[in-house]
Amino acid sequence: MPANFAPSSVDYLRILPEIIMTVAGALIMLLEGWLGENKKRNLSALTFVAFAAALVSAVAANANPGLSFSNMLIVDDFATFFRVLVIAVGILSLFSATQYLKREHAESSEYYALLLFSVTGQCIMATANELIMIFIGLEISSIATYVLAGYLRDDKRNNEAALKYFLLGSFATAFLLYGIAWIYGTTGSTNLSTIRVALLTPGSERNVILAGTAAALMFVGFAFKVSAAPFQIWAPDVYQGAPAPVTLFMSAGPKAAAFAVFLRVFMTAFGPITSRWEPFVWASALLTMIIGNFAALMQTNIKRLLAYSSIAHAGYVMVAIAAHSEIGVAAAMFYLAAYAFMNIGAFAVVTHFSRQGEKFVNVEDLAGLGWKQPVTAGLFALFLLSLIGVPLTGGFFGKFYIFKAALDANLVWLTVLGLLNSAVAAYYYLRILVVMYMKEPGDATLSLQPVGVGIGATLWVAALGTLVLGIFPSVVLNFATASSVLVK
Amino acid sequence: MTLLNAVIFLPLAAFLIILALPKDKPEIIRIFSLVASLAVFLVSLGLIGPVWSGTPGKFAIETNQAWIQSPAINYHVALDGISLWLVILATLLTPICVLVSWRSIDKHIKQFFAFLLLLEFGLVGVFCALDFFLFFVFWEVSLVPMYFLIGIWGHDRRIYSAVKFFVYTMAGSMLMLVGIIYLYNLAGTFDYARILGGLQSGAISLSPVEQLWLFLAFFIAFAIKVPLFPLHTWLPDAHVEAPTAGSVMLASVMLKMGTYGLLRFCVPLFPNAARTCSGWIVVLAIIGIVYGALVAMVQPNMKKLVAYSSVSHLGFVVLGIFSFTQQGFDGAVYQMLAHGISTGALFIMVGFLYERRHSLEIASYGGVATPAPWLSTAFMITMLASIGLPVLSNFIGEYLVLQGASLVYFRWTVFAALGVILSACYMLWLYQRVFFGKASEDLTHHMPDLGFREYAIIVPLILIMVWMGTYTQSFIPPISASNAIFLGPLDASREIHVRAMPPHSVPLAGAPVLAAQGELSDAR
Repeated sequence: MPANFAPSSVDYLRILPEIIMTVAGALIMLLEGWLGENKKRNLSALTFVAFAAALVSAVAANANPGLSFSNMLIVDDFATFFRVLVIAVGILSLFSATQYLKREHAESSEYYALLLFSVTGQCIMATANELIMIFIGLEISSIATYVLAGYLRDDKRNNEAALKYFLLGSFATAFLLYGIAWIYGTTGSTNLSTIRVALLTPGSERNVILAGTAAALMFVGFAFKVSAAPFQIWAPDVYQGAPAPVTLFMSAGPKAAAFAVFLRVFMTAFGPITSRWEPFVWASALLTMIIGNFAALMQTNIKRLLAYSSIAHAGYVMVAIAAHSEIGVAAAMFYLAAYAFMNIGAFAVVTHFSRQGEKFVNVEDLAGLGWKQPVTAGLFALFLLSLIGVPLTGGFFGKFYIFKAALDANLVWLTVLGLLNSAVAAYYYLRILVVMYMKEPGDATLSLQPVGVGIGATLWVAALGTLVLGIFPSVVLNFATASSVLVK
Repeated sequence: MTLLNAVIFLPLAAFLIILALPKDKPEIIRIFSLVASLAVFLVSLGLIGPVWSGTPGKFAIETNQAWIQSPAINYHVALDGISLWLVILATLLTPICVLVSWRSIDKHIKQFFAFLLLLEFGLVGVFCALDFFLFFVFWEVSLVPMYFLIGIWGHDRRIYSAVKFFVYTMAGSMLMLVGIIYLYNLAGTFDYARILGGLQSGAISLSPVEQLWLFLAFFIAFAIKVPLFPLHTWLPDAHVEAPTAGSVMLASVMLKMGTYGLLRFCVPLFPNAARTCSGWIVVLAIIGIVYGALVAMVQPNMKKLVAYSSVSHLGFVVLGIFSFTQQGFDGAVYQMLAHGISTGALFIMVGFLYERRHSLEIASYGGVATPAPWLSTAFMITMLASIGLPVLSNFIGEYLVLQGASLVYFRWTVFAALGVILSACYMLWLYQRVFFGKASEDLTHHMPDLGFREYAIIVPLILIMVWMGTYTQSFIPPISASNAIFLGPLDASREIHVRAMPPHSVPLAGAPVLAAQGELSDAR
């Protein structure tokens, strides 16, 4: 290791997005005290500017990819893909949150600061090339998200969600940390490339059991974060209890970032022991899909239904990981992007529809929405069809690429069972369509106000993303394929 | 921009325009839908010329355009003698369905016609697509508008039926998707012609077990759509609950997606597996023919009766395909078209009766012939066509199928012919109960004869039935030419053409010919 610890200017450029968001977050917390009540809305504009600047600098950083800070961080296409994705998720959840906070009379700067910090953590996860950095990124992201989940502190459901999320999340993170310690003890390093080299070195066979245990422990931590079975129990309660725009955010951003580190760690560091972890990921993928889809069949609360659906979708991505190939990585990346758009769109409709205090969150409440607000309902229908996996939407291509990767890796049974699962899934998504279009409008629908600017923007951007990924998938897929060659 | 692309994309354009029209001007929406769908029909007539004048049996009016680079997916569409008529069937029935729904659809008019045109887009695309991926896209796209047509504008149990229809088809499609991806991973392309060529020349080799599983993956998806007994249970529900236009499109065009898929994909791609399974499939088809007819006989509901008669008629199509004879194939395609016209017309006329009396129960009718003689006459001609009376369309199809089946195994013909007899029983009995007898005062009052719009709907269909029944030469030459090409490698009188079967591989049960010959190269 070089003795010169002073970071170069290139190093700073490579983490400029994180710097911008951290500074903006801190600034917002300071401004809170100075600004009068009526100026608070400017803070959301500042947050937006910070996100936009971070997005630009993340793209710019990719012009000069490489390692930085003594190999602790890495900027490559893969990292850039996920940085752009999580920042985009941040922007979309900001759009729908402003309106929500006004509605709940809870506008305050903390929300924006926490959002910025959480996305910062996810960006660090995306760029981390070292287990300690992964842990730090994960904690920054998680802790901010725990607080966001309990944001309306007088609301019982929010409190329950935050407490559950925090307790179980900390427990899972402890497993991750234990796994990190274990692999450090085995290989003497926390750097992913070094671990890989150590595991590839002839004579390291006797360490395989130790490394395998470390992989298992870290799998627990990651599986919790992506809500993969059997560590998915928290997700329905937390998604249901948290404020709707926070659920929107949680189901897309932290999940994508967790999958990013999952992919990077298991494809690079644990690449040499693939045969050890592949069966577990296989089983977990199948179990996740089955639990998610079959539990969703019974749900009446739409947030809970979408929570189970989001578990099921994590299962599809797990299929891509089980394929343990570059095509699989690209498929997972594509899917996470498509999933982010369609799921954000769906939760934005829920945010819009639920009204103050989230009164209307039952599937039945949506009755007749198709005739009361045809545009909102039409977009919601598009997101649901994409979640089902109907062609010409991003969800279909995502699923298609994932199962193609799985068949490439000879996972025939996983593919057949996974696709049959998605036929089961059609049933509960269709139920929402049935209620929206085939039932007479009820009180909940008739008293609905028009869509506001913020949620409207979220809906249209998400719809555009879903359609572009569905009709011209090459745009994203080519980039994902090019970046699936992880630095090893 | 070829003519075919215009036929595919005009309905999509019309769909988008209808969405933009104001919803409080129903007349404009109706007139626009009619004009647009008629325009598509007229343009589609222009497709006949190029297919007839092209090389017999080969694809004409081809467009092959890269759509997605990796994996290479092309927008590849073309027509041969089979798809030509199915496309025209779809474009003909769409304006007719617009007319049928003119007054009977009175809520959410804009969305109804929009979905009808989106459905046309999907259906036309399915029959032209020559890229497996594109085929799958159109296959699924046609599912969504039909789901809404049934679910929003259907009768009492519409929601149950719509969801059942969607989930059933979806489950089958997913198996097909596995098959498509598996083929892609072997062949490196989604292109139909290249995969077919590769399989026939041996460039792509499939072990017998692989071939069997792939065949089944495709077959189940298509069999659900046909529907083949015992996968037919979604059909009576969907047909009965759908609005008239939905029933017509479903029975006349959508079911043909399944039989078309069998003929275009299942049989030519996996000839050995198709031959291996043909015994079982033919038995299921014959059960479907007889069972459908028997169940139709006892239905108290007119729509359900016609729906079960579809199960019976489609059994003939499957029987024809799995006889692997020229007559069987020609008859299957002819029956697909004839069934499309005659069953469509039956559903339309049941719809006319429903509009007058608001009941689908046979028991609430009787003596309709007295107040509405022309309606009764039109119904009678259509019914006779459906039974398979000579001089009318269905006779040709059923006859050819039975002849083709008899060449292979005469007993099949005997059992299948039972279906023809039974169809006369249930249809004539239906006719007798609905149209003959003494009309009640109340019924006479509510039973005006055909109006101008109804004549405009039904007369063209009856003329086509007569045309198809009397002058088959207008239709059959391109069909035969295309079928001859499919049949080339799998004619019953020849050995099956197999390559790259390792000598040690275990032969499939029921394929003793293959086992005896060990490694067959080109047995032709």
